[in-house]
Amino acid sequence: MRLLLGFASGLLFGLGLILAGMSDPAKVLNFLDLAGTFDPSLAFVMGGAAVTTFIGYRLVWRQEHPALLHDFQIPTRQDIDGQLVTGAALFGIGWGIGGFCPGPAWTALPMLTPGILVFLPAMLIGMGIARWMKNLQMARA
Amino acid sequence: MPLDTITPFTPLASTLGGVLIGLSAVLVMALFGRIAGISGITIGALPSARADWDWRLAFVLGLVAAPLLVLLVTGEPISQTVPTNLAGMGIAGLLVGVGTVLGSGCTSGHGVCGLARLSPRSLVAVLTFLGFGFVTVFILRHLI
Repeated sequence: MRLLLGFASGLLFGLGLILAGMSDPAKVLNFLDLAGTFDPSLAFVMGGAAVTTFIGYRLVWRQEHPALLHDFQIPTRQDIDGQLVTGAALFGIGWGIGGFCPGPAWTALPMLTPGILVFLPAMLIGMGIARWMKNLQMARA
Repeated sequence: MPLDTITPFTPLASTLGGVLIGLSAVLVMALFGRIAGISGITIGALPSARADWDWRLAFVLGLVAAPLLVLLVTGEPISQTVPTNLAGMGIAGLLVGVGTVLGSGCTSGHGVCGLARLSPRSLVAVLTFLGFGFVTVFILRHLI
């Protein structure tokens, strides 16, 4: 049941990305190209998603616990630190070069373009490196 | 199709697509009590000591299945114009991977779930990655 519902949630997310046009790097890069072929569509994706989630979360949080696991795990940190800003900056640069963030990278995989076949493994390696660095730092602290 | 061709402005489809993404994020919270951040789900999808990796792997498989379902139903592959500079794509992938782990999230975790939680960290992350995305595209398309 857990696997089936996990799969269904991912499928719904992926269909949303495709309907929204965000699965296509051309559209993402045009959103980021304010001075050129600007396409504001992605602002509507973010708006539609954030408003839906804002309302939905507040309905869900009336429950004592989620349906399939024991507890809600919601980030509690409020501080703005260097890692957050540096990480977001590096992500923004990579997003601007490749036109892919992690979700659309997965929906692009079955299309097997050379670009995604290089991007996706590189992204996973990058995640592994950063995770390893974070663990090292935590072990030292 | 070259990358800097105009793409049609699709406010309705994009808003509806956004609503589906939001419904998925709400579903993940209702079922699993977790943030639907794709970078976090990707890292957590590897088999590990943590008991709840399995739904994350299923979620990733659902993402991968989405374009195949579209192909099956409509007979049309999804629109994909991907940069062809493979060295650039390798660097981009590394930066997105390192950046999303270091910055604790991506477009979905910070941009959708974080903003919906009114998290100040997510607002800073979103403004930062959008800002750097705008500047990167400006440099690559208009200065170089």
